[in-house]
Amino acid sequence: MSDDDQPTPESEKPDRTPRSDFDVATEPTEPAEVDTAEDASATPEDRSRSVLREIASGDAMAGVLAVFLAVFVGSVMIAATDETVRQTASYITARPSDFFTALWEAISGAYSAMFRGAIFNYILDNPAQQWRPLTETLKFAGPLILGGLGVGLAFRAALFNIGGRGQMLIAGGAAGWIGFQLDLPMVIHLPLAILVGMLFGALWGGIAGLLKARTGAHEVIVTIMLNYVGYYLLFYALTKEWLLKTPGSVNPKSPPMHDTAILPKVLGDTFNLHFGFVLALIAVAVVWWLINRSTLGYRIRAVGENPHAARASGINVGRTYTVVMMIAGALLGLAGVNQVLGTVSSGVSLDLDASIGFDAITVALLGRSRPLGILAAGLLFGAFKAGGFTMQASENISVDLVLVVQSLIVLFLAAPPLVRAIFRLPAQEAK
Amino acid sequence: MSTAIEQPTPDSGGLAPDTVVTPTRSAGTRKLPIILGVLTIALAIVLLRSGHSGKTRFQLAVDSDFVQLPDIVVPSGPTAWVMVVISLALTGESVRRMLAHLRQPIWIPIAFAIAWMSGFLSWAAADSRILVVSLLGGAVALAVPLVFGALGGVLGERAGVVNIAIEGQLLLGAFAAAIAASTTGSPWAGLIAAAVAGALVALVLGLFAITYFVDQVIVGVVLNVLVLGLTNFLFRQVLTPNADTLNSPDRFQRLPIPILGDIPLIGPILFRQTPLVYLLYIVVVVVAYALYRTRWGLRVRAVGEHPKAADTVGIKVNRTRYRTILLAGAIAGMGGAYYSLVSVSQFNREMTGGAGYIALAAVIFGKWDPIRATLAALLFGFATNLQGVLSAIGSPVPSQFMLMLPYLVTIFAVAGLVGRSRPPAADGVPYRQQ
Repeated sequence: MSDDDQPTPESEKPDRTPRSDFDVATEPTEPAEVDTAEDASATPEDRSRSVLREIASGDAMAGVLAVFLAVFVGSVMIAATDETVRQTASYITARPSDFFTALWEAISGAYSAMFRGAIFNYILDNPAQQWRPLTETLKFAGPLILGGLGVGLAFRAALFNIGGRGQMLIAGGAAGWIGFQLDLPMVIHLPLAILVGMLFGALWGGIAGLLKARTGAHEVIVTIMLNYVGYYLLFYALTKEWLLKTPGSVNPKSPPMHDTAILPKVLGDTFNLHFGFVLALIAVAVVWWLINRSTLGYRIRAVGENPHAARASGINVGRTYTVVMMIAGALLGLAGVNQVLGTVSSGVSLDLDASIGFDAITVALLGRSRPLGILAAGLLFGAFKAGGFTMQASENISVDLVLVVQSLIVLFLAAPPLVRAIFRLPAQEAK
Repeated sequence: MSTAIEQPTPDSGGLAPDTVVTPTRSAGTRKLPIILGVLTIALAIVLLRSGHSGKTRFQLAVDSDFVQLPDIVVPSGPTAWVMVVISLALTGESVRRMLAHLRQPIWIPIAFAIAWMSGFLSWAAADSRILVVSLLGGAVALAVPLVFGALGGVLGERAGVVNIAIEGQLLLGAFAAAIAASTTGSPWAGLIAAAVAGALVALVLGLFAITYFVDQVIVGVVLNVLVLGLTNFLFRQVLTPNADTLNSPDRFQRLPIPILGDIPLIGPILFRQTPLVYLLYIVVVVVAYALYRTRWGLRVRAVGEHPKAADTVGIKVNRTRYRTILLAGAIAGMGGAYYSLVSVSQFNREMTGGAGYIALAAVIFGKWDPIRATLAALLFGFATNLQGVLSAIGSPVPSQFMLMLPYLVTIFAVAGLVGRSRPPAADGVPYRQQ
């Protein structure tokens, strides 16, 4: 065993004296400056290049082109599966104008439907109804931002949290139990449900962190497996009346939440936007402070940069892993709470995560694991989601197109050299 | 730079235990007795709390057998207790070996598993009967995509490429198989299309992971989402409106092998299956042989363990990795054909339902070895089938806990509770030529 000579985590309790470097943790350098400085100093050959590094250091041009490419592929898919386009393509040499008209109508129809569904519906007259799509975007963005923060914070400690789904399910189930089993005044009920949900999310995420800290088990594997364990635990809970089952029902769904536990609407009852989005904004601020201004954040970044160096400097790496995964789990738990007590308050069900656990990974990657970046990426993907549903309803184009475009953006962003090669741009190394 | 996922350092592969936090205490020898003891006590507690009276009938034969084996009828309670005693004895033997600092041979856990499972079944199926053939034969059938996926995973990771995208390869394989088999009318064409689809996913994985050095775990996860979105989109836009022409493939029919299929018990379980299962037997043997006994296998393993050394002796590292993952993708893709050509005869949204992740679990639980990974996948298939059988006879064990088993076992495995898993040294580390 190659690791026989490694000391145990217990044996390396921080020796306080050599920590002077880390005592200045309250004044961290701006990450952005670090990036550029490192880009300038590192030689391209020996610079190790991972996806986040690529996203962080890749030039803006490659980013714009990545989005452009992904949208282009999406357009090709729309056109290729459109009935009129295919019919007109069969006589394209005879009347090419028909083909191009159909092509234009299919693609512009899809994207204008997305715009109507995500930002501003210009077809309607009532201003309140016209702006309603924007509030839908914010509603969808809330859990994506929360989840993205959870995944992104773990990225900062070089941990890959794929366990968003399990953390959301467990947290949603726990918050839902509080939400309909207890009768309490709203001032207590709602905060209690939120806190219990976050606590369960933290516990579920913490398992992966603790296992990594104590046994070295890789968090990718543990979190993937915990997704399924969480799913079946929730499934079990939904078959037991003392847990989440609706009495007299055979569907795996819990009773609806009590009104005292539902997140209130922000803009009145005409809009679906609820306080979950406000919680997401608060979480962005808290995580920003945590990463950039707190001692814990400095430790997290130190461990993420180089765990060996961090340990040599007296940071308890194992404890940091555990704490990071607990916070990440709490954030994803909050995303689950947001679903159960806000977006779908009609009862806990097995699909409460609505694939946000995986979407959160793309949000965190696109947002470069920075809180403000995640906020922007969450808003973008929230708009995709809101627009996608409108596109499906009005243009009969499957909302799953959004998934494709989303994952293509992340893939292209991850490999700027590929994007540059496609557009025949000069390689960055050449300058 | 703080946002980066650190490149795995040379001393720890992509999914290897983290050396920074891995404790030195090797508790490996103590784990087996502890686990066996806990399981034995758990079974005893279950029996004490809700003992069943009555008889359990184990039916070994199926009607079409050439030689009919008689049913075994046993009294439920006493049999279960006898099995507890046997389990206890095996635990004792394992404790003795631990105290004497002897190796724990592989037969102890296997014998324990058989005894424990017999005791458990005779308790759970009191006053009912267990169709042993359909229990085990169904397990083999259910394990088919898992084994294909796990073999693909093993091959890729032995060459140093972490493949989280097994799920995507299975799903795209199932999708391509349905279309190809429907348009050509032959399930064999579907099988080939499934292999091509799996290789296609592998090609994209290779493009990003090998050529552009993108983090392999991230590419794998994103590829799964991409394939999911792609197949869902095409299913709704193309397959559903044209279901008759594009999504109604012929299924693989059961094809009993003449003589082997007539062996009592073993025949119906192993040799009265679909051609896909027989292909699986061949693939398992070929992969296991090729990986350990051929020059090609040596090169693959060299590239996965120490790419620099392999490069030094003239092996083209990245070309070898590309070839291997393409082959691995084709194997995993063929597993996808199980869903749309064997299980049901059409493609459905998200029909693999996370099997790729179970296959990944089998890779790890099988310690990156083709035979062990196959056995692990069979075990997981058995757990899934057992759940179905138990819920059919109204067992007191909640089916959700049975379904949870593969995932829990894998967590225990990576946490080092059931033997230490060590991935290939350069697993997940991209290689750049100096």
